[in-house]
Amino acid sequence: MKGILAIYRREMSSYFVSPIAYIVIGFFLVITGYFFSNILSILIERSFMAQMQAQQMGAPPEMDVPSLVIRNFTGVIATLLLFLMPMLTMGSYAEERKRGTMEMLMTSPLTELQIVVGKFLALLSLFVLMLAPTLIYHLFMSFYSEPAMPWRIVWTGYLGIFLLGAVLLALGSFISSLTESQIVAGVITFVVFLLLWVLDLSVRSATSTTGEIFKYLSILQHYDTFAQGVIDTTSVVFYVSAVVLGLYLTHRTLESMRWRRA
Amino acid sequence: MIEVDHLIKSYGQARAVNDISFKVEKGEILGFLGPNGAGKTTTMRILTGYLPATAGTARIAGYDVFEQSMEVRKRIGYLPETPPLYPEMTVEAYLTFVARIKGVTASDISGRVEESMRLTNLTDRRKELIKRLSRGYKQRVGIAQAIVHNPDVVILDEPTVGLDPNQIKEVRNLIKGLSGEHTIILSTHILPEVEMTCDRVVIINKGRIAAIDTTDNLTRQLKGGERVQIQVRGDIATLRSKLEEVEGLIRIDLEPQEGSDLVTGSIESEEGKDLRARIASTVVHGGLDLLEIRAVGLSLEDIFMQLTTEEKAA
Ligand SMILES: Nc1ncnc2c1ncn2[C@@H]1O[C@H](COP(=O)(O)OP(=O)(O)O)[C@@H](O)[C@H]1O
Ligand SMILES: [Mg+2]
Repeated sequence: MKGILAIYRREMSSYFVSPIAYIVIGFFLVITGYFFSNILSILIERSFMAQMQAQQMGAPPEMDVPSLVIRNFTGVIATLLLFLMPMLTMGSYAEERKRGTMEMLMTSPLTELQIVVGKFLALLSLFVLMLAPTLIYHLFMSFYSEPAMPWRIVWTGYLGIFLLGAVLLALGSFISSLTESQIVAGVITFVVFLLLWVLDLSVRSATSTTGEIFKYLSILQHYDTFAQGVIDTTSVVFYVSAVVLGLYLTHRTLESMRWRRA
Repeated sequence: MIEVDHLIKSYGQARAVNDISFKVEKGEILGFLGPNGAGKTTTMRILTGYLPATAGTARIAGYDVFEQSMEVRKRIGYLPETPPLYPEMTVEAYLTFVARIKGVTASDISGRVEESMRLTNLTDRRKELIKRLSRGYKQRVGIAQAIVHNPDVVILDEPTVGLDPNQIKEVRNLIKGLSGEHTIILSTHILPEVEMTCDRVVIINKGRIAAIDTTDNLTRQLKGGERVQIQVRGDIATLRSKLEEVEGLIRIDLEPQEGSDLVTGSIESEEGKDLRARIASTVVHGGLDLLEIRAVGLSLEDIFMQLTTEEKAA
């Protein structure tokens, strides 16, 4: 536990002395802020139109603007993460390997598991720090919300994003552990995430059995149910397993670095 | 304190370390001398638990480096060829981190960090970012890192490489100052470095041990004095008295072979004199049987050709 904490603390302090964390978080907040107001204004406009139409036709207007905003907004965040997460994970192991500090960590009385867990928890904390400020947007919306703010969808949506982000972090740091170059790690991670995204787009309309299988494997698909306000156990299990798999593979890479019997 | 027994490390077909054995006593500084590619780093990585040996064993403080790696890792400090530094940390924060991962108990950490900075003369740089330090200072941080948990054994891989002459002098003094309390192995490809810092030397070449001796003996051997190995059948006292008549010999070590009338001896002569012919005739005329005579140390010359024998500013 002490070992994990030592690694965790060093990682956390290292994020905030390099510009990269500030750049990623700043960029993330600007973009999400932009999209939030955009989505909000488009949906408000649409609901006015719907209302007007409804008055002319005499049918009751039914459009839950806050829910739609949250749904669309969390979708934007999910997509954005695919592009930003590689920047957070690319250095986590590659940089240690390049600087030779990995050799120090591995010849210290630390287990590989302590290193992997400490680093992952630090990345996860950084991610939460990045995500948390966006809750303020929802808080603002809740002041003017009509009908009342559906906080449940906010929480489940963010839980989904958190889990999705954890998977991406585990996957990205695994890729980082495979190379000594953080640029290579960053590019490969980005390409892999892009493939996940393309895969997701292409399976959305799929109906065949193979399509269904890919749908299950698409990490973005699992996110959808959370955005509907539902905590789907299958999806939670899926995400947690994916995280564990990523960490396990990283662990194996570190082990093989040490016990590289040639 | 350190026992290396028939250690072998293969990379595919190639053997980087080929059947080496040696021991280091507590408090000793052992020099690991050899040209580039000799297998110094590989051996040290095996001792520190970073690499597994292909065959053979190594023990540190009685613990097997492979089977009881954690115990070993608690007891060693290791400075790899490139100091393992985090450039964006301050000296003090870095050493505190290392102390934590080495398992120093929380209440001892600040004291140990203080002590390691004092020993390496870093105290007035404690708040400085590592990336702003000069090479010599970075190397000191590397050494401080290796001793912060007060390990029994300190392993330093080419600790003076890339430093200027002043920095080299400082680092050597620093290492000398650490002996006694710590058992130290340091590797180098510079001959004068072992002369100045080490008690004993292991000369390694192409993965094999070429010689193990005290630094004094090795340098004497190298700086001229010739050594001749003989084996004789006959009385040891007669042999000694005959040899003492030969001019130009500075040392005669004779040892009777147990269970036979054989005597083996190691004879050293003055610089630049090959006295093999004189020794041979003296022995034979003395009525003794000369079974073997050969100059030793000659094979070392080949190795030393590859070693840097002169100090030069890197
Ligand atoms: N990871 C590796 N894979 C293959 N060969 C290696 C590896 N590391 C070292 N070697 C080889 O092992 C030999 C010894 O290397 P090393 O221990 O680094 O020597 P030294 O430290 O004495 O310069 C060299 O011939 C080197 O090329
Ligand atoms: Mg080396």
